[in-house]
Amino acid sequence: MSGSPPRGGPTDGLAAAFADGPAFVPYLVAGDPDYEGSLQYVEALARGGADVIELGLPFSEPIAEGPTIQSAIVRSLEAGMGPERFFTFVEALDVDVPLVCMTYYNLLYQYGTEEGPRPFVERAAEAGIAGFVVPDLPAEEAGPLRAACDEFGLDLIFIVAPTTRGERLARTHELISGYVYVQARLGTTGAREEVSDRTESSLERIADWEVPKAVGFGIKTGEHAARIVRAGADGIIVGSALVDVVAEGVEEGRPTAETAATLEERARELKRGALHGASEPEAEQP
Amino acid sequence: MSDTQFGRYGGQYVPEALMPALEELEDAYERYVLGNEDGFLDEFRERIRDFGGRPTPLGRADRLSDRYGREVYLKREDLLHGGAHKLNNALGQVLLAKYMGKERIIAETGAGQHGTATAMAAAHLGMPCEIYMGRTDVNRQRPNVFRMRINGAEVNPVDIGRGTLKEAISETMRDWSRTVEDSHYVIGSVVGPSPFPRMVRDFQAIISEEAREQIRERTGGLPDSVVACAGGGSNTMGMFHEFVPDADVSLYAVEAGGSSLEVDEDTGVAPNSASLSTGAEGVLHGARTRLLQDSDGQIMESHSVSAGLDYAGVGPELAYLVDEGRVTPVNVDDDAALEAFHRLSTQEGIIPALETAHAFAYLEGAAAELGEVVIVNVSGRGDKDLETVIEETETRGIEAAPEMSVFDGGLR
Ligand SMILES: Cc1ncc(COP(=O)(O)O)c(C=O)c1O
Repeated sequence: MSGSPPRGGPTDGLAAAFADGPAFVPYLVAGDPDYEGSLQYVEALARGGADVIELGLPFSEPIAEGPTIQSAIVRSLEAGMGPERFFTFVEALDVDVPLVCMTYYNLLYQYGTEEGPRPFVERAAEAGIAGFVVPDLPAEEAGPLRAACDEFGLDLIFIVAPTTRGERLARTHELISGYVYVQARLGTTGAREEVSDRTESSLERIADWEVPKAVGFGIKTGEHAARIVRAGADGIIVGSALVDVVAEGVEEGRPTAETAATLEERARELKRGALHGASEPEAEQP
Repeated sequence: MSDTQFGRYGGQYVPEALMPALEELEDAYERYVLGNEDGFLDEFRERIRDFGGRPTPLGRADRLSDRYGREVYLKREDLLHGGAHKLNNALGQVLLAKYMGKERIIAETGAGQHGTATAMAAAHLGMPCEIYMGRTDVNRQRPNVFRMRINGAEVNPVDIGRGTLKEAISETMRDWSRTVEDSHYVIGSVVGPSPFPRMVRDFQAIISEEAREQIRERTGGLPDSVVACAGGGSNTMGMFHEFVPDADVSLYAVEAGGSSLEVDEDTGVAPNSASLSTGAEGVLHGARTRLLQDSDGQIMESHSVSAGLDYAGVGPELAYLVDEGRVTPVNVDDDAALEAFHRLSTQEGIIPALETAHAFAYLEGAAAELGEVVIVNVSGRGDKDLETVIEETETRGIEAAPEMSVFDGGLR
């Protein structure tokens, strides 16, 4: 973490990020389209008002991702991103918001010589990661990762899907810390034109959870962000809509600084939307 | 060990959105398949007989028996409707989906045999069906693409990565996470999250139930060894399951050695599909199993001349049985499989699938280890592979191959 003050206890960090009104939680694939450019993009999101940043460590079989993030993962892998380089990347970032590592279980599992996810978590803690989202790790399989996170003081965020109900909610609730990732719709990641009408009922099912509730999957505009916050979310997670900006930059051959400026602007709009949603609970609905 | 696992392998490593569907499937599997609720199993047995053509024969391979100086018997899954063992599982799962009230069937396919079997079962039972198939496989298994389309299934080519079975499974999982409430994913092998590996094995176990009876009728006893090829391992587990408790019966799982067992970490390519023989433990497509992966844990691109074996993973139960020393993993390379393909075709009058040919290639190299009585599972027939075989045979100069000058002006 060059240049920024050391973060507090990670749990405090993630909870604190949601403390002053709705949090904006952007996602980018680390190393997309290359190491240097990606550093600038992540820093641009922080300048644009990010409260937490989710960084994707690319895995070759991303079964929860739609086409946008799959392509970003391919670009990043082709540019040489991997677990060790990811930690260097995190250490090189000049941002002072908590960072969450989003990746698939096999990469956590294989790291280091000791069996299980502990060496990965230890190294992530050292690099300054505050928590994890692991899309292919439901509560049933998360025991070892939860234990390692507890040991090193990191948070483990779980996704709650529109199909998650009853006992499954309880099982997930028991293991969760940091925030809950409320999946707004069924399917894979990807920006959409419409806000899913399943968001509210999902939020209702976990209304009594003490962790902040961040909604993701399909959010694209400030208007979406406002609607989701009005529906009761404590934060919004935006991935594909931002990854699209990176992809466009690559396709159009734009200079890194220009893409970074667009990302910063897009981040501002989304953060503004979230704040707007919080300040006008009864705002005009079409 | 929880009941989602086989020793240290198995489990349910899937997105949360799919977990409720797996619970629902587990429940349906226990009630209908294990408990025969509403007469599910009776209906399955009746349909696999009347529609599928079971039981399949067990026949003695006279020329191979002479050649190897032992009794070689063939379990003829190539004679099952569709031309491979795949229908046992596809029909079982499509029927189960119907009992569960699902409205749509999705499946992945590598060689196209599972896609074909699923398309047939879906047409037979009146369900809409969509199949995901890697672009490379669409191109190398064209006859099966025609068959799926003609049975009324949609075929969605998958352009990601090398465009083979791994990518097709990932893409079908993505479809399922979108459509899970009304669709059932008919996974094509003993892979994926629990309860799929157990359930697919149970549907395929009919192969060894029959074979065990048949060999006793023919020889008065059990075989010394049983040989089957292994991709994901469904024909393998189906052929082995009833013999697993018979400690004196050796079980050989023949993997695709491809062009070499060496891997190239820099390009992420393993020019083989020998995950049991050379892989390491890891998590892919919902299960902890043995995988071809690099030291970071990125999944490698596998290779085999046979599309159905071309996969970086393997079923968790097979990985477990190998660790326990109950199943012996072996492998043969592309050339050996092609030679075996021609040998079985000319000597026994059976054109095997390229996947199946791997099992016969092992016989050629290691018959001496196999004892007096050997059963080989003929997992499928080779009509789908003729184009590939003729091309590959020509470029590799395979000895056992007939020449094809019969075509005016050669092949092309
Ligand atoms: C004829 C045949 N045999 C074997 C296989 C390999 O699958 P499994 O290992 O699941 O039996 C396939 C797969 O497509 C096949 O078509």
